[in-house]
Amino acid sequence: MSIPHLLVHDPKDNVGVVVVEGLTAGTTMLCVVTHDNSSFELQSKNDVPIGHKIALGDVSNGDTAIKYGEDIGKFVADVKKGEHVHVHNLKTKRW
Amino acid sequence: MASTYSNLTFDGYRRENGRVGVRNHVVILPVDDISNAACEAVANNIKGTIALPHAYGRLQFGEDLDLHFRTMIGTGANPNVAAVIVIGIEPGWTKRIVDGIAETGKPVEGFSIEQNGDLKTIMDASRKAKEFVQWATELRREECPIGDLWISTKCGESDTTTGLGSCPTVGNMYDKLLPEGIYGVFGETSEITGAEHICKARAINPEVGERWYQMWKAYQDDVIEPFKVNDLSESQPTKGNIEGGLTTIEEKALGNLEKMGNNQFLDILDPAEQPKGGNGLYYMDTSSAAAECVTLMAAGGYVIHTFPTGQGNIVGNPIVPVVKISANPRTVRTMSEHIDVDVTGILRRDMTMDEAGDALIENVRRTANGRLTAAEALGHREFVMTKLYRSA
Repeated sequence: MSIPHLLVHDPKDNVGVVVVEGLTAGTTMLCVVTHDNSSFELQSKNDVPIGHKIALGDVSNGDTAIKYGEDIGKFVADVKKGEHVHVHNLKTKRW
Repeated sequence: MASTYSNLTFDGYRRENGRVGVRNHVVILPVDDISNAACEAVANNIKGTIALPHAYGRLQFGEDLDLHFRTMIGTGANPNVAAVIVIGIEPGWTKRIVDGIAETGKPVEGFSIEQNGDLKTIMDASRKAKEFVQWATELRREECPIGDLWISTKCGESDTTTGLGSCPTVGNMYDKLLPEGIYGVFGETSEITGAEHICKARAINPEVGERWYQMWKAYQDDVIEPFKVNDLSESQPTKGNIEGGLTTIEEKALGNLEKMGNNQFLDILDPAEQPKGGNGLYYMDTSSAAAECVTLMAAGGYVIHTFPTGQGNIVGNPIVPVVKISANPRTVRTMSEHIDVDVTGILRRDMTMDEAGDALIENVRRTANGRLTAAEALGHREFVMTKLYRSA
């Protein structure tokens, strides 16, 4: 199996994690769901550092981000499929 | 049928109380901050001893003082410690710590400075320390079943790779070794926030789950609510967490809990408290700061610490070997001298979780046999007492 660019914990997740260094915009990423080893392809829309997240589909401001199959916070901006997800567009619901 | 792991053994030091240590330290333990100088002088005089200077031990009261004594006594009582010299400014609290450690049956002697001065105290304590170290260095390791290990865990400088790789590696180790009779412990009360509903549900029964939830909620009500400024975004996640791609406390907490594996926890331990029940996984109400947490778990009797890190926390402990596990290829490349177990293969999908767990178990076993961890070789000896409130 080729080395994946993006890992997704759970089939319910709407974000995945970049696991290679130096990912650039426009890369056709091999994405693997660790839960069941299924894979798919997705094009990155930004340069994204290793460890940072990418949206797996289009989401709207106010939507819930799902990772590990669980709620990890709310989007605070509209985000397109393949775009970088981090503190600029995702916030905790706690504080 | 016996599992693959039933036949694993390691060579450890079986102590007077039956517990097994993986190191053989002679500790020079200060009761209070102003006795640090005398302890460091003794450790300088007598090679093979180690002083554990710290910042507290004067004028404390209530639960905070109880924690001070529990940490001091638990540190001295840890099976990685062969013998202890205790030095305090006055004899009362010194004796209380000596008596607590003496319950293990190990050699321990106290010295106090008032009416003696530093110089006479250092001379008397040095003579005893020399006796202890020569006795301890003749002790021999013996073969012990893997189930005699007490293995703690806490992660630090986490990022998204800890939830994907290094934390579930620890979980896999616990899945394999808890059935062999080991004691495990995890904690970090503030950092469970965001996954508290999941942690509560992972208690052995609803009663323990409810007690766990009340403990977690007390931290929210008594500490976070009164002292938070705007939100915790400057603290949780940390700058390092955010650099590593963690965005929210919920995301961080879910990765953190991967260290449990598929196990439930049996009970809740106060900070630095030793489990009173049988073998299995425990939750300790600890600080989430690495050095404080490892110090508290060591005082709880745990002899090896497994420490997943993403961005590269470099913490060590003076008496407990801290095994670092990382799945982040950038960290393993740029900070290789700090990493004991490289599980970056999980991210490349050329290492299974089963293989990663086995690699950690093998490293833990070799560490238990005496191999120095990266943190030990680099001289990391962070010993940090937890203070609960402004009690002095």
